[in-house]
Amino acid sequence: MLPTPCTAHVSFDTIYEPAEDSYLFLDTLSSASESAWLTQHFASGPSPTILEVGSGSGVVLAFVVANSPTILGRADVLSLSTDLNRAACLATRETVVRAIAQQQEQQQQQQQADPESQPNPHTSSSAQNTTSIKSQHLSSLQTNLATPLRPGSIDLLLFNPPYVPTDTLPRAPAPEDFPEPSSTESRSAQFERASYLLSLTYAGGKDGMEITEHLLADLPRVLSARGVAYVLLCAQNRPREVVERIRGWGTGTGTGERWCAEIAGFSGKQAGWEKLVIVRVWRE
Amino acid sequence: MKLLTANFLACAVKGCKASASSYPLHFKDAELELQELDYQPVFLQNIMPRIDWEGLRMIANELGFPRLPDTKPEGDTLNDETTLRDLHRLLLETHVVEGKLCCGNCGHEYMIKEGIANFLLPSHLV
Repeated sequence: MLPTPCTAHVSFDTIYEPAEDSYLFLDTLSSASESAWLTQHFASGPSPTILEVGSGSGVVLAFVVANSPTILGRADVLSLSTDLNRAACLATRETVVRAIAQQQEQQQQQQQADPESQPNPHTSSSAQNTTSIKSQHLSSLQTNLATPLRPGSIDLLLFNPPYVPTDTLPRAPAPEDFPEPSSTESRSAQFERASYLLSLTYAGGKDGMEITEHLLADLPRVLSARGVAYVLLCAQNRPREVVERIRGWGTGTGTGERWCAEIAGFSGKQAGWEKLVIVRVWRE
Repeated sequence: MKLLTANFLACAVKGCKASASSYPLHFKDAELELQELDYQPVFLQNIMPRIDWEGLRMIANELGFPRLPDTKPEGDTLNDETTLRDLHRLLLETHVVEGKLCCGNCGHEYMIKEGIANFLLPSHLV
């Protein structure tokens, strides 16, 4: 089993703590079938860019980036993250950088212990290149979804959204929600601020889909031609309807684009329904 | 944030999306930091095909780096060690830790603090 990135440095006052949904992401992407699909999909072409939207602690992004030789079949990946919460941006950057460093350390130890070993038998021809490459985290950006990213810039997008159905959506954050750490904020104001920031991590509005809909609508813009997105949905989000809808994108527009969506992983089967699913979205 | 990030960013303001001058964003009052990395020529060769050279040249020029070649190094020039080492330093080792990113279309300035760029917009621009 691939190692779970360390998040011991993260304060979870305002940041989503890795939970069942986060771990479903790790399990799904590192499953033999999904890793094989991704490895084949990214077997050629320039270094892939990986973006996690709403990255929180950064555990999902760090896992994929640090284990990219196994999951994507290549280490030459460039990672980016976005989050509304500045603290989450700082946390993600640290989680990813630490995970990459740890992975490199382990790889070096293994090589010293057994110089004959090939770290990834699937890429034996380029194994030497793969081992000498250290994956790079480009930047963590404080922003909503993928807003400032250029069209076609992302090859692999990961989104564990706020998916819980709620009557209303929290207001959009403003600069005042991120005061300087030195400010003299009362305890109750601090608590209120933290509760508000945490609500952004789970509150999904109508059907729990309001935020996810915005991201889905932006996929055709932000994904490259070979781009792939993984989006987590819960049962109340009606994942099967979402999958069907995505498959209908582009039809009748004359662009010749065919969008695909498949359930790549799920957890907690109850009465024939999965509690959480992860959908893979891409175009062919 | 690594300098290379600028190649993937444009202005977040809705009205700027269609404007060519909303990319690249221009660094202002940038404080740079060099974080050394082991030299990885293969990685760089794999990154190059996806670089928008014009945008990179403009940014590097504005930040006062030595002038980049007029055309993107391809083929044999990508095996030239001096060229590769310069690009390695610029793209992967150069970080912007403080400063602003400015849109050439609407003039909006995005603050960079401790290497985190803030693209949150006031409500009237969303």
